[in-house]
Amino acid sequence: MANKYVTDEARKQIGKVSEPRTYEVERGAIRRFAEAIEDPNPRFNSERDARKTRFGGMIAPPTFCRSMGSPIPNVKLDMPTFRGLDGGSDWEYFVPIRAGDRITAQSKLVDLREAAGRLGPMVFTVVETTYTNQFGEVCVIQRSTSIRY
Amino acid sequence: MAKQIYFEDVEVGTEIGPLEKNPTTQQLVRYAGASGDFYQIHYDKDFALGNGLPGVILHGALKNAFLGHLMTDFAGEHGWLRKLSAQYRGMDQPGVKIVARGKVTKKYSEGGDHMVDCEIWLENAKGEKTTPGSATVILPSRAGS
Repeated sequence: MANKYVTDEARKQIGKVSEPRTYEVERGAIRRFAEAIEDPNPRFNSERDARKTRFGGMIAPPTFCRSMGSPIPNVKLDMPTFRGLDGGSDWEYFVPIRAGDRITAQSKLVDLREAAGRLGPMVFTVVETTYTNQFGEVCVIQRSTSIRY
Repeated sequence: MAKQIYFEDVEVGTEIGPLEKNPTTQQLVRYAGASGDFYQIHYDKDFALGNGLPGVILHGALKNAFLGHLMTDFAGEHGWLRKLSAQYRGMDQPGVKIVARGKVTKKYSEGGDHMVDCEIWLENAKGEKTTPGSATVILPSRAGS
């Protein structure tokens, strides 16, 4: 059966990228994030204690990049009203993100597909965001799936 | 901190956690502030009810963070969380205990790194896995590196 919303034309948007945006990683933002998720690990909470670890200072918890709110590509669909759901995320970690880093985030639409759900057609949008530090090292790659229904 | 786990200490089937979390509405507000996710279904009960939800629900990303906490604790200071995945299948509400757990599914060496793949999840009081996922961790070896 043909897709209702994710037409061949709509799928041409795959590969679309957002404007890159650069964030300064503040120590207080890392600590507040760690406090909010209730993770007492010293490397996320205390510069004094983190300096005694092999990291030599505070680093960001695994899902901290969520707080950067990097822009995502605007996906145009002929879907007049819909509800949204967060489907999940896949993360890859290469280099720690440290307090004081300048991280540039850029997102790309990597998949757009439709499936039949109990409540009608469901549209899955997969966005890949790459987080690169001020030395040009890729720190984190995040792939997030959102669902419209 | 817990003592360091080494590659040699781990076998397929080794259990990870449990890590108990007791999310409250206050935690959801703090997470909204810290993450910048201000979707009202996570702190405005009337809004959540109006959206057909049973009440405010946990951010999927907060549950993802709980699984991250589970895995960075497991990896310890000298391990490294290489991959983390979470799928938000079921809703979780504040005031209900959830438990993060996992187990090792594969143990191997690749490019000089000692790696373990793990199945991880969050389960609610009924034992339902609301948030299944997976992780890959690089562990130190007692033989060095």
